Amino acid sequence: MTARSMETGVSAAGRAVGTQGVWARIWQQDGPGYLFLLPWFIGFFGLTVGPMLTSLYLSFTNFDLLTTPDWIGASNYVRMFTADPKFAAAMRVTFFFVLFSVPLKLAFALGVAMLLNRGLKGLPLYRAIFYLPSLIGASVAIAILWRQLFSGDGLVNQFLANFGIDGPSWISNPRYSLWTLIILSIWQFGSPMIIFLAGLRQIPQDMYEAASLDGASKWRQFWKITLPLLTPVVFFNAIVQTIEAFKSFTPAFVISGGTGQPINSTLFYTLYLYQEAFGFFRMGYASALAWFLLVMIAAFTAFSFLTSKYWVHYDD
Amino acid sequence: MAASVELRKIVKSYGDLEVVHGVDLTIEPGEFVVFVGPSGCGKSTLLRMIAGLEPITGGELLIEGERINEVPAAKRGIAMVFQSYALYPHMSVYQNLAFGLETAKMPKPEIRAKVQKAAQILRIEPLLDRKPKQLSGGQRQRVAIGRAITREPRIFLFDEPLSNLDAELRVQMRVEIAKLHNDLGNTMIYVTHDQVEAMTMADKIVVLSAGNIEQAGAPLDLYNKPANLFVAGFIGSPKMNFFDASVDAVDPAGAKLGIAGGTLAFNRSVSAGKGDKLTFGVRPEHIGITEGSGVPMANVKVDLVENLGGQTLLYTTAPDGSGLTIVLEGQRDIALGSTVTAHIDPAKCHVFGADGNVA
Repeated sequence: MTARSMETGVSAAGRAVGTQGVWARIWQQDGPGYLFLLPWFIGFFGLTVGPMLTSLYLSFTNFDLLTTPDWIGASNYVRMFTADPKFAAAMRVTFFFVLFSVPLKLAFALGVAMLLNRGLKGLPLYRAIFYLPSLIGASVAIAILWRQLFSGDGLVNQFLANFGIDGPSWISNPRYSLWTLIILSIWQFGSPMIIFLAGLRQIPQDMYEAASLDGASKWRQFWKITLPLLTPVVFFNAIVQTIEAFKSFTPAFVISGGTGQPINSTLFYTLYLYQEAFGFFRMGYASALAWFLLVMIAAFTAFSFLTSKYWVHYDD
Repeated sequence: MAASVELRKIVKSYGDLEVVHGVDLTIEPGEFVVFVGPSGCGKSTLLRMIAGLEPITGGELLIEGERINEVPAAKRGIAMVFQSYALYPHMSVYQNLAFGLETAKMPKPEIRAKVQKAAQILRIEPLLDRKPKQLSGGQRQRVAIGRAITREPRIFLFDEPLSNLDAELRVQMRVEIAKLHNDLGNTMIYVTHDQVEAMTMADKIVVLSAGNIEQAGAPLDLYNKPANLFVAGFIGSPKMNFFDASVDAVDPAGAKLGIAGGTLAFNRSVSAGKGDKLTFGVRPEHIGITEGSGVPMANVKVDLVENLGGQTLLYTTAPDGSGLTIVLEGQRDIALGSTVTAHIDPAKCHVFGADGNVA
């Protein structure tokens, strides 16, 4: 043993053994943990990251599922923005849906949460009842029910007939069809409502007491105290609900029978993507659409975070 | 600007549970009144009823002789400082101070002037642009007081405003609030469970227990002449020593009491008969261990000595096993386990009957 190795107590051979020992120690300490994580790793890389990267590649190809993908560069993206009126229609419908369904749903959810926050008896029951549509709302069954409700001879028109109103077929009239989907989306207000309710509970009561001593009306208290202190929750709900709205598919698919009709008025972006992928087997183009949707959502989220410092008030 | 407050048979109930039982109290204009008592005694409830934040179940509340039971909080001419400060976290200090004035739709130049004046009084001018989270506890407390000042109320209410501050800051803020009272001259009602705060700040202390007023009066009156055992035990720190006593003999000039295994000639009339059981109380600071400090009461064994620099506290045990706390002025070198003779001045002692009231 050299003087140096005597100092450290490790020879060259000893270092090799030592390194082996380190791995053995890591395996002994953390091996079982990694073993338990393995299914998740396989799932994440095999079923999420892998397909995502594949779809990114496919978005630059012409691919019909049966033949080998042809590399066509950015042609799919160029077509999307320059030669596809249906893409423009889908964008219009989707943005209209996001623009109206998200604020209305959040406003409705906040209104109900504020009502429930007034110390009602049987609050857990009301909470569960109001949450129920969120659990079942995006299902095929509810979309079918919605179609029945808003069809020409549906329950809505039967109700309106009592007042002598001859209602149109709401889902087959392009003026109203998208609004029936917006109403369906608002009806699923349970999830943001629960989060608003939790947020409202966090606002200290003495803020309101101080404000009432200052002479602030309930309306002023809402605008000057409740809403500003709730902005972190509004921010969270807005992001989640906007992403959900961009991704919305089932109701439009079921109500329009997968067509996005009448006159593309319910042609959601995801529905158009589905048509391109599984109707026309243009997998390359569908992949490009999917990636653009991801970029839109990411851009919206990034924009929201960047602007949040101007309107979201965090206590610490 | 100062206003009188009168409580007439004020009752507060939550369902069947009555928590304040017919309180009568008169507060003079400009008086600094402190509600003091243990947790759950109803002091904050009483304050909140005056503020208009709690409905009054029974009785009458009058401000300047006018019944205001049904008058909304904002119209009572009252400002309140909360224990948690209740500052609006999303507003700057300026906006916090101006909120009430903006709500009242006061012209902006007037608001600015009032905010500046309050900020000047409380020395928070450099903080006006900051948010509450950027302030220390003491600064937040100042802002909370400033918010009350800007509204120029007839009555200030303070609900345990110093309980979130550290000991040093509490003393500092205590002095500042007292100074503020002197400068503004408003009626102030202050709730605390800290009897030192009560003693140092109040013109009048109201001692509450279980929803009743035990005694109301000037701080030294309560200290020197407590009306009952509760007040005697609550006012004063360290608290008064109590002993079971029996009346051995009674005559018009006084009584002989059996206390802590000894006998004490009590040179004050006692409304009790021979053989009656009493409670004898003496404050730790009214006990000496030298002959000149009064009449001998008992030889006590020293269990613990606390030297505070200016004072020495002795925790001792009397021959009958009861504990006796003694406060001596200055620094003393007293050995643990040693025996000292506790001397008391009978004129400064207190005797309470079986009902807990002064005998």
